[in-house]
Amino acid sequence: MVNYILRRLGYAVIMIVLVSFVGFCIIKLPPGDFLTQKLEQLRARGDRSAESQIEALRAKYGLDRPFMVQYTTWAVNFLKGDFGESFQYERPVKDLLGERLTMTVVLALATLIITWVLAIPLGVYSAVRQYSLGDQIITTISFIGIGIPGFLLALIILFFAIVVLNQDVLGLFSKEYIDAPWSVGKVIDLLKHLWIPALISAVTGTGGLIRIMRGNLLETMGQPFVEAARARGLRNRDVIWKHAVRVAINPLIVILGSEALPGIIGGNALVSIVLNLPTIGPLFVDSLRRLDMYLAGTCIVFFTILLLVGNLLADLVLAWVDPRIRLE
Amino acid sequence: MEDGNKFIEVRDLHVEFDVRAGIIKAVDGMWLEINRGQTVGVIGESGCGKSVTARAIMNMVPKPGKISGGEILYHRKNKDTGEVTTIDITKLDPDGEVIRQIRGGEIGMIFQEPMSSLTPVYTAGTHIYEAVSLHRLVPVKKVGDQMVETIMTYRKVTKQEAREIAIDMLRRVGIPKPDQRVDSYPHQLSGGQRQRVMIAIALSCEPEMLIADEPTTALDVSIEAQILDVMRELQHSVNMAIMFITHNLGVIAEMAEEIVVMYMGKQVERAKVVDLFYDPKHPYTQALLRSIPKIGKRGERLATIEGMVPDPFHLPTGCVFHPRCPMFMPGKCDRIVPTNKEVASNHWASCLLYEEV
Ligand SMILES: Nc1ncnc2c1ncn2[C@@H]1O[C@H](COP(=O)(O)OP(=O)(O)OP(=O)(O)O)[C@@H](O)[C@H]1O
Ligand SMILES: [Mg+2]
Repeated sequence: MVNYILRRLGYAVIMIVLVSFVGFCIIKLPPGDFLTQKLEQLRARGDRSAESQIEALRAKYGLDRPFMVQYTTWAVNFLKGDFGESFQYERPVKDLLGERLTMTVVLALATLIITWVLAIPLGVYSAVRQYSLGDQIITTISFIGIGIPGFLLALIILFFAIVVLNQDVLGLFSKEYIDAPWSVGKVIDLLKHLWIPALISAVTGTGGLIRIMRGNLLETMGQPFVEAARARGLRNRDVIWKHAVRVAINPLIVILGSEALPGIIGGNALVSIVLNLPTIGPLFVDSLRRLDMYLAGTCIVFFTILLLVGNLLADLVLAWVDPRIRLE
Repeated sequence: MEDGNKFIEVRDLHVEFDVRAGIIKAVDGMWLEINRGQTVGVIGESGCGKSVTARAIMNMVPKPGKISGGEILYHRKNKDTGEVTTIDITKLDPDGEVIRQIRGGEIGMIFQEPMSSLTPVYTAGTHIYEAVSLHRLVPVKKVGDQMVETIMTYRKVTKQEAREIAIDMLRRVGIPKPDQRVDSYPHQLSGGQRQRVMIAIALSCEPEMLIADEPTTALDVSIEAQILDVMRELQHSVNMAIMFITHNLGVIAEMAEEIVVMYMGKQVERAKVVDLFYDPKHPYTQALLRSIPKIGKRGERLATIEGMVPDPFHLPTGCVFHPRCPMFMPGKCDRIVPTNKEVASNHWASCLLYEEV
């Protein structure tokens, strides 16, 4: 078990190095860099000292050095906690990310919790009452959920909230709390705002997960061990939850690591852009457009870490609940 | 046969499966009687309704099936007073208190599929604790100072007691190192061990009847013999009845006192083992016995007998066996439905050969 965890951690580290490198390459792929863009702007404004300004910046950010040197310097500094500077904001990347990192994790977690809390009972109900009216309603809703893109839903909700309900759904905090230090009030305010984007991002995943839960459970309920449990005198509720669901849920944990988390993080980024949420997503998209490479690179690394940690946790949970994996 | 000895009476049972193509009459007028402490063997070709009858007795016919007629009388004896009450199992709420006490506690069942009858995420021991904590009660004697009589009360078994019962049961069904195996998960056990765990679970609650649906199919001959011994031993110690479903006539000859032969959801013949083997009355039983594999090939399944099992949606008229019957009497067998007649002492058959019509 310890071996298994260590091995997984080893893979995770290798993965982060690879992804950061590839990410860095991709950012460098388009012709020109941020400073070339900036030079054009300054020239257009007729700034005479443009050339020398840019040269100074180029030296400061190390853009005049070879690619490998740039990458290594950045990577080594990254390990020391210095993520480099953002060109466009002219501030350290670290300051820019700051709380956004926490908010990204909080939003992803909230989305995940909502997805599971909704999908598991609905999927179980759907399977246990197969072909009932309830099952048909849940099935229809889950297909709509799978089909509707998250950002569209975000736009619709935005429209309704602002135009119809005249309510503020943008951001994760009310105005008075945005720059306030953390307090109980701020947390409550966060929760009040958080559920809307979390729910929106959860819709697609929930639809899919309901289908999977229903399918798995129907298959599991046909297994002899379920009948055997009933023949031992267990009440129906225990047969379903302690035996059928308990076994049918394991594949969902595998999916959680491999498919659900990337989906959640991607969905969160889109919804964050539409609803203007202080997560990494909008910053990342912006940095790509502006060729702000250290910012983009840092975002990529953090997304990767988030995914890998999520994956590792899913693996651990699976090993914990499934003896077939644990005792392998 | 005195009445106090009756345990289960299946009377004119009908079970139907409503499938897309039509209705399958899986059990179609089945009669069966099992007395306390008695072993009744049930034989018949694959698909004749043996397992469905067994499930009906537990009131757990799977969807889309349902019990559509008849009754299953269970003569329940109160352990303390010895008083017998009769319950019609088919009338019970399938998830109600009474049937849940009966399932596992008073009637235990071993299923046909040993490989997947244990929940993969629980240990062998957990399965046994689950059953034992539902059904096994430990008597507590309360002796009041002034009371003349002692009042028996019961409490549930503790975790420690349940574990001891589990280890003891595993030892009795012949699992080596039971104190370690009790913590094994199903995937760590061989097919034969899993089947023995299943048997240990069913026997751990000391049921008054055991329904064994091909309980030894997955086992090799020596383990099979050991399992059969355990069943017999328990049968004697707690006077347990056994409904033994099998394709293995060798095993049934060894275990059962009485044999019921089923065809197309019906009982076609019933007799004491010796009578049935040496003097089968029904042409179907005769064909079935002719199909026994040669001596020395014990454990092999029955070879199929001549002709095809009829299409369940187009059942033959008259006697359902007539299209395959070597003794077919035109004008009779295809018109008249035979009834169950006592053709010799304690020997019953439903065949027009033995009816005056
Ligand atoms: N879940 C089900 N759905 C539809 N039909 C079923 C179902 N279970 C049983 N049947 C029908 O009931 C009939 C009797 O099945 P049953 O399982 O009792 O046979 P069996 O005598 O136990 O056979 P075997 O020796 O192969 O175990 C079969 O012909 C089958 O078509
Ligand atoms: Mg069967």
